[in-house]
Amino acid sequence: MNKLVVSPSPHVHSGNSIQKEMKSVLIALIPAYLVALYYFGVGALIVSVTSVLSCVLFEYLIQNFILKGEKTITDCSAIVTGLLLAFNLPSNLPIWIVIIGALVAIGVGKMSFGGLGNNPFNPALVGRVFLLISFPVQMTSWPRPIPFNPAYMDAETSATALTALKEHLENIPSALDMFIGNMGGSMGEVSTLALLLGFAYLLYRRTISWHIPITILSTVFVMTGIFYLVDPQTYASPLVHLMTGGLMLGAIFMATDFVTSPMTKRGMFVYGIGIGVITVVIRLFGSYPEGVSFAILIMNAFTPLINTYIKPKRFGEVRKK
Amino acid sequence: MKTFKMGGIHPEECKFSAGKKTEVISLPKQVVIPLRHYSGKPSIPEVAKGDMVKVGQLIGRADGFVSANVHSSVSGKVVKIDNALDAFGYKNPAVFIDVIGDDWLETIDLTPKVKRTCDLESSEIIKKIAESGIVGLGGATFPTHVKLSVPAGKKAEVLIINGAECEPYLTCDHQLMLEKGEEIIIGITILMKAIQVKRALVGIEANKPDAILNIEKWAKTVEGVEVIPLKVKYPQGSEKQLIQALTGREVPSGGLPIDVGAIVQNVATTFAVYEAVQKNKPLIERVITVTGKSVPEPGNYWVRVGTPLSHVVEKTGGIPEDTGKIVAGGPMMGRALPNLEISVAKGTAAVLFIPSSESGRGKVQNCIRCAKCVFHCPMGLEPYLLMNRSEKNLLDELEQNRVMDCIECGSCSYVCPSNRPLVDYIRYGKLKVGELIRSRKVQQL
Amino acid sequence: MNLILVSVLSLGGIGAVSAIILYFISQKFQVEEDSRIEEVEAALPGANCGGCGFPGCRAFAAACVKADSLENLACPVGGMPTMEKVANILGKTAMPVEPLIAVVRCGGSCEHRERTNRYDGVKSCAIVHNLYGGETDCSWGCLGYGDCENSCTFDAIHINPITLLPEVDEEKCTACGACVKACPKNIIQLRKKGHKSRRIYVNCVNQDKGAVNKKVCDVACIGCSKCFNVCAYDAISIHNNLAYIDDKKCTLCRKCVEVCPTNSILELNFPPRKPKVEETSNVVLNG
Repeated sequence: MNKLVVSPSPHVHSGNSIQKEMKSVLIALIPAYLVALYYFGVGALIVSVTSVLSCVLFEYLIQNFILKGEKTITDCSAIVTGLLLAFNLPSNLPIWIVIIGALVAIGVGKMSFGGLGNNPFNPALVGRVFLLISFPVQMTSWPRPIPFNPAYMDAETSATALTALKEHLENIPSALDMFIGNMGGSMGEVSTLALLLGFAYLLYRRTISWHIPITILSTVFVMTGIFYLVDPQTYASPLVHLMTGGLMLGAIFMATDFVTSPMTKRGMFVYGIGIGVITVVIRLFGSYPEGVSFAILIMNAFTPLINTYIKPKRFGEVRKK
Repeated sequence: MKTFKMGGIHPEECKFSAGKKTEVISLPKQVVIPLRHYSGKPSIPEVAKGDMVKVGQLIGRADGFVSANVHSSVSGKVVKIDNALDAFGYKNPAVFIDVIGDDWLETIDLTPKVKRTCDLESSEIIKKIAESGIVGLGGATFPTHVKLSVPAGKKAEVLIINGAECEPYLTCDHQLMLEKGEEIIIGITILMKAIQVKRALVGIEANKPDAILNIEKWAKTVEGVEVIPLKVKYPQGSEKQLIQALTGREVPSGGLPIDVGAIVQNVATTFAVYEAVQKNKPLIERVITVTGKSVPEPGNYWVRVGTPLSHVVEKTGGIPEDTGKIVAGGPMMGRALPNLEISVAKGTAAVLFIPSSESGRGKVQNCIRCAKCVFHCPMGLEPYLLMNRSEKNLLDELEQNRVMDCIECGSCSYVCPSNRPLVDYIRYGKLKVGELIRSRKVQQL
Repeated sequence: MNLILVSVLSLGGIGAVSAIILYFISQKFQVEEDSRIEEVEAALPGANCGGCGFPGCRAFAAACVKADSLENLACPVGGMPTMEKVANILGKTAMPVEPLIAVVRCGGSCEHRERTNRYDGVKSCAIVHNLYGGETDCSWGCLGYGDCENSCTFDAIHINPITLLPEVDEEKCTACGACVKACPKNIIQLRKKGHKSRRIYVNCVNQDKGAVNKKVCDVACIGCSKCFNVCAYDAISIHNNLAYIDDKKCTLCRKCVEVCPTNSILELNFPPRKPKVEETSNVVLNG
């Protein structure tokens, strides 16, 4: 018989791994990806493949030649970052801009802090915001959704619902179109339905908990609802706010990023409310039509503070009656 | 269905030996009876080399308050009193006895007749329990008479009987509840009398419906005993969690169950109390589960305390070919054994064979701050933080974050996707903070 | 032009006002400190190892300044030269200190002590010690996970990858005592460095009976008393089946080394013996 193994308890493990968690996220992203492929066609395919490939490649190169640390490329987190980055980009973005975005996301957003687990900001959002500031024109011209669109960079463009709201245009898509995703926007954010399906899957697999997304969505709903009730002429209905822009994508997939979100339920509520409030403030009063990315990044910066000061409810922490 | 409120996990149950009738394992050639049973001080040997002993004879007297008597589990000749390896991997004093025949003390009632009435007073019962060397058989092996002695100024309101058996694989308590339902219920009434309460709650996890039915059937024959099915969730059988599940009360941080008027006893302990009080039989044997994924015939066995595990294993089908790790106790809180020369102690609930494919630990990766440990912690702690601070030896911060509340259930390590050794470090941190707190107390005196 | 002037004036003005405020605050909150502390601290090695028993060099310097004499105050890292410097600054006399060195008292290398089980978990002696007796059947000896190595600020102790035992680098060891505290098995001891670094010590801490530990380790002290009987200087004592050589009484005569049946008494840095004595091959480790 071989030598017996001795180790401290517990002697069993759930079998969970980073790779499995990341795969669940990837599976949860499939519905939204299918919708993107349907409405934005070839462009969506090119942008997403470029983004994923370059994210994986950059992570591999940085790990191998600069950090020379442990190889963790197989944990699939670079694929998730790449896909999320692509979801946040318009499908007619030139390839070279996508590659720059991937380099910033992986190189600056993630690896410069020491890889997965150490980054304070969501890498995909770092990439996206970098591109939004550097290439505002390309980043804000969204193609019109046409089923199986064969065009890539020369696709016909249209304004998003939020831009339309901001500039008080009349052609806001119908509620049904917004729900299934038949509108202009970043390739992964358009379909509320598909994103909710992904959310349901993540909850079923217990990859994420409901706290962050539900808090963000309800905060946005309540705040915009108040404004809508006060002045329905100027402000759009809360439902429109929920279904447009990157709110669903951000609340479900970006804000819940393990590394950059708080670790206690109470902390998650604070974080969610913060994101919701900042989003609404930027949407209604800021110069950008969309504020989810900025809101998440700002709250990412508060996460360590939240983790330090907001503790979970301890067992036995009862006030004596 | 009732359960505790916070955290918890649901590992694969693997109760292979459920429903297997208990069998008696034949006596070994030699037993090694540890004088120290996990917690507390070792007892003082009452016999010397060359003495002849009978089954049930006192061989170790309790030394101090938190210590328990030890009785011979066999008849025969004392070979030596020497240090022997225990499940902790350290050497502690033990009595080595060569087995000759099976000659019991005359005072022990060996008839199978169930004796239902008990005329003893509360203090007499506790005295008898102390004399019989009964310790908590759930794992911590804390002397039972100490637990039953309600400190002045506190009042027990309810007796809680732990039949949860939330550890995967283990079925010894389950089987005992099936076979000795009446005795357990009588044991409960004796305990109720001892601590002077009118109400007892028996918590049993819902994956043992036959045990629930059996105990319920016998509970109807007495007054004040209620059986409550519990949700299948680990660590349901942990003292504080069980109290919360059954009564809704939370034991305050740093407090004892008696602070909320509860006293918790394991079902196996209850059975031992019955035997001690009604049959005069000290704690010299217990049911253990021999199990594992590749064990051909998992089962439950009556084993005398002090029987070497190698003997138990030999009589129950030997070591499976692919064994990589042998654990004394359940997979969540049991102890891995360096060899099989260790003997069965009062608290050994199982011998678990883990195949080599599952005995190693996964590769440790970066913490990805997924917060699974925080969500699954039944005590509402932040295991990731405690591990980090233990690693860096930041004891003050550990104490502020209530490291001493950790019950070491292992839920955090179990769920961690990065295979981080959370409990290992937290246990170490607890040890260090415990030393710190003790030294502070000494300074104050 | 006007713009430049305005900005220069306003920024300069803010700077000047801040400077004045800062000046008054620093005046108000200034802490008077004995300037000699600064001087003494400069003379110390600045390793902050804690070997002197104070939480860092500054605290040690403060203690030196405060104390009436330098008795019981010694910097193990700097040794006598440093303490003389300190004494000069303070106008006190330095007390001579015997130089010490860390000694690892376990000879249970992989060759001499069989590994009977495999530990799989955090590589930390403290955690393993808390869990069980270790990979070998000797529950007293070195675990080999290198807590001593991690505790050393001078890079002076290292686990030998072949023997899995720590080895002390005599050049670098300052006898600060960090490894002594780090070792959960209490194997490492600070002993007299000895003339020309020559040392004799019992290379074992096992207190089990001889018959027991002989099975688990080839070089364990079995408490046979042979060394005790041969020692003419009353330097060896035997407690709990274990011999101990008092470094204050030992004259380095080497008689005990010769009689030890298990080679568990180690002599370091001695010249090779004359050929008539055969049992010298295993002893020179660091020489």
